[in-house]
Amino acid sequence: MQTSYFHNSGRLSRLILRRDRLRIPLWLIIITALTLVIAFAYTTLFTTQQEIMVFAETMRNPAMTAMMGPGYGLDNYTYGAMMAHTMLVFTALAVAIMSIFLVARHTRRDEESGRIEMIRSLPVGRLSNLSATTLISLAVNIIMALLIGIGLFLLGIESMDLQGSLLYGASLGAVGIFFGAVTALFVQLTANTRNAIGYSLIFLGISYLVRALGDVSSEALSMLSPLGWITRTQVYVNNYWWPLLLTVGMALAVTALAFKLNSLRDLEAGLLPAKPGRKTASSWLKSPLGLALKLQRTSLLAWAAGIFILGASYGSVFGDVDAFLESVEMYREIFIIAEDIPLVEQFIATLMSVMALIAAAPALIMILKVKSEEKASRIEHLLSRAVSRKQFLGSYLLLSLAASLFMLFLSALGMWSAAAAVMDDPVNLSLFLRSALVYLPAIWALIGLTVLIIGYKPGAALFSWIYLAYSFIVIYFGEILQIPDWLARLTPYGYVPKIPLEEINFPALIILAVISIILMAAGYRGYRQRDIQLSG
Amino acid sequence: MAVIEIKDLAKSFGEVQALDGINLKVEEGEVYGYIGPNGAGKTTTIRILLGILQADRGTATVFGRDTWQDAVEIHKRIAYVPGEVNLWPNLTGGEIIDLFVQLRGSNHKSRREELIERFDLDPSKKCRSYSKGNRQKVVLVAAFAAEADLYLLDEPSSGLDPLMEKVFQECITEFKEEGKTVFLSSHILSEVEKLCDRLSIIRQGKIIESGSLDELQHLTRTRIVLETKEEIPSLNDLNGIHDLKKQNNTHSFLVDTAELDQVIQHISKFGVKKLESSPPKLEDVFMEHYRGEVGES
Repeated sequence: MQTSYFHNSGRLSRLILRRDRLRIPLWLIIITALTLVIAFAYTTLFTTQQEIMVFAETMRNPAMTAMMGPGYGLDNYTYGAMMAHTMLVFTALAVAIMSIFLVARHTRRDEESGRIEMIRSLPVGRLSNLSATTLISLAVNIIMALLIGIGLFLLGIESMDLQGSLLYGASLGAVGIFFGAVTALFVQLTANTRNAIGYSLIFLGISYLVRALGDVSSEALSMLSPLGWITRTQVYVNNYWWPLLLTVGMALAVTALAFKLNSLRDLEAGLLPAKPGRKTASSWLKSPLGLALKLQRTSLLAWAAGIFILGASYGSVFGDVDAFLESVEMYREIFIIAEDIPLVEQFIATLMSVMALIAAAPALIMILKVKSEEKASRIEHLLSRAVSRKQFLGSYLLLSLAASLFMLFLSALGMWSAAAAVMDDPVNLSLFLRSALVYLPAIWALIGLTVLIIGYKPGAALFSWIYLAYSFIVIYFGEILQIPDWLARLTPYGYVPKIPLEEINFPALIILAVISIILMAAGYRGYRQRDIQLSG
Repeated sequence: MAVIEIKDLAKSFGEVQALDGINLKVEEGEVYGYIGPNGAGKTTTIRILLGILQADRGTATVFGRDTWQDAVEIHKRIAYVPGEVNLWPNLTGGEIIDLFVQLRGSNHKSRREELIERFDLDPSKKCRSYSKGNRQKVVLVAAFAAEADLYLLDEPSSGLDPLMEKVFQECITEFKEEGKTVFLSSHILSEVEKLCDRLSIIRQGKIIESGSLDELQHLTRTRIVLETKEEIPSLNDLNGIHDLKKQNNTHSFLVDTAELDQVIQHISKFGVKKLESSPPKLEDVFMEHYRGEVGES
């Protein structure tokens, strides 16, 4: 390709840095800090070799393999192996999401909003924006790899040597680079930012599921997933570097394809054809609730499918869990909590708490649309007609509440249907349903908080996501680490009984529900009284 | 040498034929108007000239270079203003002006300050708080601060208030005096009428009329209001008379500009008491073609 295709790429890279001067450091700090804190936490939580070996036994569990990747070095388990096994896939997901948003934000979003048209009218090459974005994605991921690699080494934990630490960081960096490249490719295919991000996230989700299924059942299947590749590095035990070469090599190939497609297509066009829409509105669209549903239908369906499939893939390991538990007597002795509850059901509780955290995301997306509609000044088209603010907010709230119920129901159904297929002695659906739906008040509390924020300080909406992320970290790692109780008590999820491990606790649930209602009512009040914020 | 030369240009988006065999030539130092209704293909033409869309057929050159192949070289000498402007919300207007000026590699500090003053722009505000008109000003300042040989303007004054529109028109007039070339796409007819030397009318992807304003006016009709001493019989039978209305001895009608002479000779025999004529306007040319297939009315 001609050099003029890349004219002024350097200046555009600097523009990206200028625009993301807070965003990029924030991502880097959060991901690095999380890694280092967890690594350090392991050394304080497991102080004797016996505790470490007990943990290693837990890690032999297929449910753990499905969630985190295959265990390795279990016979002589170390902090390093423990760290890499439990954290690598989880952190890789965060890094992939960072890269997806980074690349989509500076390519398709800018193009869709017409800003690239302005840039391209200047002496700037056809591929300059993509190359600037790719350059920044590379740089961010390499810096993160070094920060994490050197940081882990500097913790001075035995078994976390320099080579292993650098490989750990580099594995994450490679995943980031790969998913950045994948996003750059999807950006060429669709003319719309939401679709580009959606396809990339779906690709990430499929990579996770393929790895989960593959790690439990077939090595070949795992090797189809980039997340499967990097878990084959066996960091801190065998330190294989070839999976990184594979990941980065594939990333280069995908990037080359993205560049080629970008050089061929028109600006603001996607290579996939857009379908013509309806010429008239269907009857159910003609109400605020109908509009709210229509606007978010695709996202809702995608989440529903994703949650069902994730539930099913977790459920599919139950057959192996059964067999595994029978073979490990020691494990039975250590982890038994109540004699009369089969151990399988305890895994239902663990997996369901993760599902319930994920299920909160679509519910928040539904309600936060109120804010984005306001920010984009589209709300005035409704409020200037015979739609009250109460009706407007109410439509989205109703949708959000319905989504929370729907998503929890699907997680239970997904997990149950797969579990029932693989287990000799299936657990009945009602147990799964109870285990899932008990989280309803916790999600409502998150929705209530979001309504409150929308009512008084819509600019702070990001807080809802941070709070959900906090809940996720506390609950997810609470399953593995002994996190102090008060940390879990800071999130509504900390008050939800783990069914069937614990008895259902009605007072706690009722209090949660009442708090949610109060938050929603307060948010309503604020929303009716404050100024609608219109831009330009 | 022609600054812009378009030959048999065609472009379709899926089923939609946006441009269908366009021919156009803009000479150096000209202010060229490009008018047509929404969706006629004005923006598509300009985007091909910018080399951000690839034509299906035909050629487009700017400064004698191919717009798709040599986009970067061409862009060093042009300035572009779109009608719909979206800017990065967390950068200030001043930052964006500097960025655009830097990207093109020229630096005109004094010109920048002068234009900011003329357009009455506050460059310290973040773009998220600018109104549509103010965002438009940011882009106008960035474009006009550059030392360009060709200005490509796509409905550039949309969103400007009448005061700022006047400033904009002054700027164009100055460019004209400096011998720069301006390609102005617009549907504000008075603007085109005031500024442009020549123009083309585009409709449904085809150029249906080109020429100077004078040349196009022969296509139009002059409105005549006439009062005579004697009754004029059979006025309707004359060639080129349209839309005739009669009240006592007062007639009001449209005359094809080409037939004006013989009509005047005819009516002068009946003792003209009063004669008013309104000259043809660009608007009439435009409306004529805008009505399109309906034709006579």
